[in-house]
Amino acid sequence: MQNRQQAQAAGVRRTVIRSLAALLGMFAFAFALVPLYDVFCRITGINGKVDATAQSIVHEEVDTSRYVNVQFITRGSAGLPWQMSVEMRQMSVHPGQTAEVDFTFSNNSPYETWGRAVPSVSPSNATRHLRKVSCFCFEEQQLQGDERLTIPLVFQLARDLPEEINTITLVYTLYPVQETLRHTSLNGTRNNKKAARETI
Amino acid sequence: MAPKLPPQHNLQHSSTAVADGQAHHAHPAQPKGILRWLLTTNHKEIGSLYLIFSLTMFFIGGIFALVVRAELFQPGLQLVNPEFFNQMTTMHGLIMVFAAVMPAFTGLANWMIPLQIGAPDMALPRLNNFSFWLLPVAFTLLLSTLLMPGGGPNFGWTFYAPLSTTYAPPSTTFFILALHIAGISSILGAINIIATILNMRAPGMRLMDMPLFVWTWLITAFLLIAVMPVLAGVITMMLMDINFGTSFFDAAGGGDPVLFQHLFWFFGHPEVYIMILPAFGIVSAIIPTFARKPLFGYASMVYATAAIALLSFLVWAHHMFVVGLPLVAELFFMYTTMLIAVPTGVKVFNWVTTLFRGSISFESPMLFALAFVVLFTIGGFSGLMLAIAPADFQYHDTYFVVAHFHYVLVPGAIFAIMAGVYYWLPKWTGHYPNERLAQWHFWFSIIGVNLTFFPMHFAGLAGMPRRIPDYALQFADFNMLSSIGAFFFGTSQLIFVLVIVLCVRGGKKAPAKAWEGAEDLEWTVPSPAPLHTFETPPVFHRSSH
Repeated sequence: MQNRQQAQAAGVRRTVIRSLAALLGMFAFAFALVPLYDVFCRITGINGKVDATAQSIVHEEVDTSRYVNVQFITRGSAGLPWQMSVEMRQMSVHPGQTAEVDFTFSNNSPYETWGRAVPSVSPSNATRHLRKVSCFCFEEQQLQGDERLTIPLVFQLARDLPEEINTITLVYTLYPVQETLRHTSLNGTRNNKKAARETI
Repeated sequence: MAPKLPPQHNLQHSSTAVADGQAHHAHPAQPKGILRWLLTTNHKEIGSLYLIFSLTMFFIGGIFALVVRAELFQPGLQLVNPEFFNQMTTMHGLIMVFAAVMPAFTGLANWMIPLQIGAPDMALPRLNNFSFWLLPVAFTLLLSTLLMPGGGPNFGWTFYAPLSTTYAPPSTTFFILALHIAGISSILGAINIIATILNMRAPGMRLMDMPLFVWTWLITAFLLIAVMPVLAGVITMMLMDINFGTSFFDAAGGGDPVLFQHLFWFFGHPEVYIMILPAFGIVSAIIPTFARKPLFGYASMVYATAAIALLSFLVWAHHMFVVGLPLVAELFFMYTTMLIAVPTGVKVFNWVTTLFRGSISFESPMLFALAFVVLFTIGGFSGLMLAIAPADFQYHDTYFVVAHFHYVLVPGAIFAIMAGVYYWLPKWTGHYPNERLAQWHFWFSIIGVNLTFFPMHFAGLAGMPRRIPDYALQFADFNMLSSIGAFFFGTSQLIFVLVIVLCVRGGKKAPAKAWEGAEDLEWTVPSPAPLHTFETPPVFHRSSH
């Protein structure tokens, strides 16, 4: 009887310790899922997040047999008094062809502010086939009060774009960049030869 | 499967149990009044506390639902403003899930698991007391947010970011704290249940001899340990996004709102099985009793439960078919979701086969259990419809979803809890519940439930969105029916309270084995079960199954 109780107490202690270990493991796992999710999405491109670094143009034969409709959508966001517009809402390109389209940022406030346009591609399986040669989305932008800035996006659709994709939508959402979180990307934008700054 | 004990042994054993209990508790240190309940470490008293708490919350959550149904009685905005409507839908969901259904199952587990495995108490009695008393704290805090400036949570019980972070009312931090406390309570309860089941079974009782209620709760407790920490993680991330400037779910800072949904449903889908697996266990105890036949396919029931639990970790994104998942993911989650119908089908088959050529009688526990089988299956079928990804694009966020999960939760989980209460009330109180009133309760409930939730299927298929206080005129008739049904169902639950109160105060005396066909160990102790039972472990005799 005594033995049985002791064995029971030891068993309970073992079970509790294992359960607590499992608990801590799962709590840590929940937080580990955050970076894992980012890595997974970057590798597969399935949440429409585009690589934020410039890719070089691949010189390949343009596939003139096929047109792909590329649409551009721009969206503002709360907390940033900017407006973003695009030269044309959509364009038709051949896979393999290099194309350029101008985007204009205007600061509607009299103050200097920082912002960033975050891209998203839909359908998500087109993400990896959209090569950006130069994009304002690679870095944060600074606009003086009432300034307007026109920057081109240079991109190329890869030849291996899946057959079933006829339309690609590229959405840019503007987000404010807090002073403290800002990176030193000022020079990058300033040196961009094609960027045309003017005051409204 | 049910262990068959020789009756003479049972009686002998019970009398020693009673004598032991009295001898043990003759000392005067036993606290009286409110302190008795605050300090109790007895699994039966704590079980009763859980059940009373859950019943109270069932009515509070029910009143919130009736506010929602009253507003939806007619199109247009009549009674409450949309902000308050949102708080009502949210609070109804939160209270019913975390404060009514989950504590009810924990209460039943506290009462019945030690009795069913022949243990004197739970493995960790003081922890048990602590887990219960966390609940009133958590839900007082949660309910108090309704009185705070800006109101209570208004973002739905799924609290999707950024609705629950960037656009949330200031009281959200209290909501997070309340959910943390409730989560700790269920985690501690789960640890206690696992420790009890794995270590304190009567000598000779193997895992595959345990009653199915014990089995389903063991698996549920593992699910709780696996996913409650994920919920804790998600709400901690919300807390940090709101108060400490992080950007887990804020796209402006590099986060992703879709990540919230993945994390939430990684918790949320196992959570819905946490709310149904113990119900399977209760029904698997009641149907053999009143069919007077052993349960068909005991082992397959255990494996089916385990299979459902494992699959529940692989289906979460079926709640997110419209967030823009890649085709491969849509297909994967569609097929895994449909796969769950297989073990669930095994269970329904086993219940029906148990009934086949049984000697069936229709006392109130059996009525609720049979209604469970039929109506839960209807909920399962609408779940299969929702699992079809292309069809879900149409059904998503409509009343069809509301109809589906209410069918599996109300005539599913809640009917099973009521069946369990009617089944075990003779053991708890020593009296049979008033059968005539219980039958009235059953018939009113089943009419009320179907009148409330069946029309929602049609409203949903026709496109009525959920969580909106107003609707287009073509949905008016369905909504009026639903609202009438809801008030009918809500009011008829007062009969339930009446039956319980009457049963506690008196009624037809119940013997130790209160139901003719009942075979598990709990029926070997006297009715009402004395405060202390199985202080000397019973000898378990295996029946052939």
